[in-house]
Amino acid sequence: MTSYLSIEHVHKTFGEGPTASEVLRDVDLHVDRGEFISIIGHSGCGKSTVLNIVAGLLETSTGAVILDGKEVSKPGPDRSVVFQNHSLLPWLTVRDNVALAVDKTFKGTKSAAERREWILQTLDMVGMSHALDKRPDEISGGMKQRVGIARALAMEPKVLLMDEPFGALDALTRAHLQDEVMRIQSELGNTVLMVTHDVDEAVLLSNRIVMMTNGPAATIGEILEIDLPKPRERLAMADNADYNHYRAEVLRFLHERHKNPESEAA
Amino acid sequence: MMSAILDRNMTFGAGRERPAAAETSTAPVARSAPPPARSGGAPPPDPGLWGRRMRHAATVVLPPVIVTAIFLFLWEMMTSSQGAVLPGPSQVISDTWELIVNPFYDYGGNDVGMAWQLLASLERVAYGYALAVVAGIGLGVLVGQSTWAMRGLDPLFQVLRTVPPLAWLPISLAAFQASNPSAIFVIFITAIWPIIINTSVGIRNISQDYVNVARVLRLNGFEYFTKIMLPAAAPYVFSGLRIGIGLAWLAIVAAEMLIGGVGIGFFIWDAWNASMLSDIVLALVYVGLVGFFLDRLVAIVGNWVTRGTQAG
Repeated sequence: MTSYLSIEHVHKTFGEGPTASEVLRDVDLHVDRGEFISIIGHSGCGKSTVLNIVAGLLETSTGAVILDGKEVSKPGPDRSVVFQNHSLLPWLTVRDNVALAVDKTFKGTKSAAERREWILQTLDMVGMSHALDKRPDEISGGMKQRVGIARALAMEPKVLLMDEPFGALDALTRAHLQDEVMRIQSELGNTVLMVTHDVDEAVLLSNRIVMMTNGPAATIGEILEIDLPKPRERLAMADNADYNHYRAEVLRFLHERHKNPESEAA
Repeated sequence: MMSAILDRNMTFGAGRERPAAAETSTAPVARSAPPPARSGGAPPPDPGLWGRRMRHAATVVLPPVIVTAIFLFLWEMMTSSQGAVLPGPSQVISDTWELIVNPFYDYGGNDVGMAWQLLASLERVAYGYALAVVAGIGLGVLVGQSTWAMRGLDPLFQVLRTVPPLAWLPISLAAFQASNPSAIFVIFITAIWPIIINTSVGIRNISQDYVNVARVLRLNGFEYFTKIMLPAAAPYVFSGLRIGIGLAWLAIVAAEMLIGGVGIGFFIWDAWNASMLSDIVLALVYVGLVGFFLDRLVAIVGNWVTRGTQAG
């Protein structure tokens, strides 16, 4: 029963009184160590809210998040976040962006030389060693997101949280980065919680897909276990019957049972 | 629907590093290309290069030269008639030639060269402006950070900032009982408002993304201030600093006219009392040039400090 990361009956209501809006109702999720979980749902269903609550950037109204036996109440380096728009600090170089995270996280535990080495190592892992001294405005969107991933990984988090990490990228770059994330995750065995609206991305990367109902008062509608062996090959998956079955499952959930409220209105 | 993922796969290998390569190759080009006339090093054997440089000179240098020449010509025409009260440019130069070629003479008292006059003014501006920068950024951070401080202080700032610089002079003379600190105070109180207001706007506009990054990294107050807040707000702060230096230079001339002593403002007033109109014209040219250079100086420092901060 004790899972690595537990989201225990979380409710979230924004505002108070008559203007209050209930965003999440009774979200309950248990994640094992090393699992890759995707949260998928239509926009406005509160999937990012779930992620922000786990990150500690938002507080729950009721319920709790427990990570490795400890309750989460504020942000911390054990839950690093890859933001959708990369959120690199534009006045720092690639190296310094990662260094800010590394120096802060490992101040007491690693020597300066070890930290420097570790920064280079993580940037090498995401294939950004060639641009150490470039500033974010000098590199492409995909490269920025790589650095964002390196910054998050460099903190050696217990859970890596990714908020639509590839949403702002073109399809080719996105595919490439998805492969990179798959490779890194299988190397490091990170526990990952990823918010996405891309069905292929969810099926390709995840152990389980958490499908959310539409807001307001969204909750987990269904959890789909993706029983495909890892590592998964993008090309092989295209012809894989199981893969397509899972894909169709998610599509059915999103487009039959929980239609986009906006398209219904239109 | 299936075709989407297949397409991705088909082109995947080819597109692997395409965006990266394109990015690295375009960035440096864009960086070094713009001013061909300013390029350093050995000129490449490009026959069109000198032609391009000439064209650049013609489009950038020529217009201000022509307009200035026309301006001087009109000025000369209008002042060359019999009974003209104001001196023309040629007369200004001949009248003030001694001042122009000897900027550093010192005959004691107020009778010193133009360079000393300007330096005296610049010294007052430096003191007043430096105080305004420190206090202005400090108050700006406070007002930008704390809603309580903003509600309390903003009305006060909005009223006080409309008070003209010279209106502060009598009260500061009364308070300081000396002319020099009073002039410095006038500079201070003139320059501080845009610095406060721009700094607080800059602090308020710090992207929530950066705040979230700081929270996830658990930066403490000091780290947040130096690593996130100052760089993020720097473009706003520097636009405030630039407005501030302009206002400070405007105010010093007016203040010095009243307080006397060495300084370009009193030099102008003195020249007026002695009916030396050419001296006044020369002083105005110097005041304009110095103001221009101060503005450029702050702009250059600002561009250097905030390089990269505007881009997301």
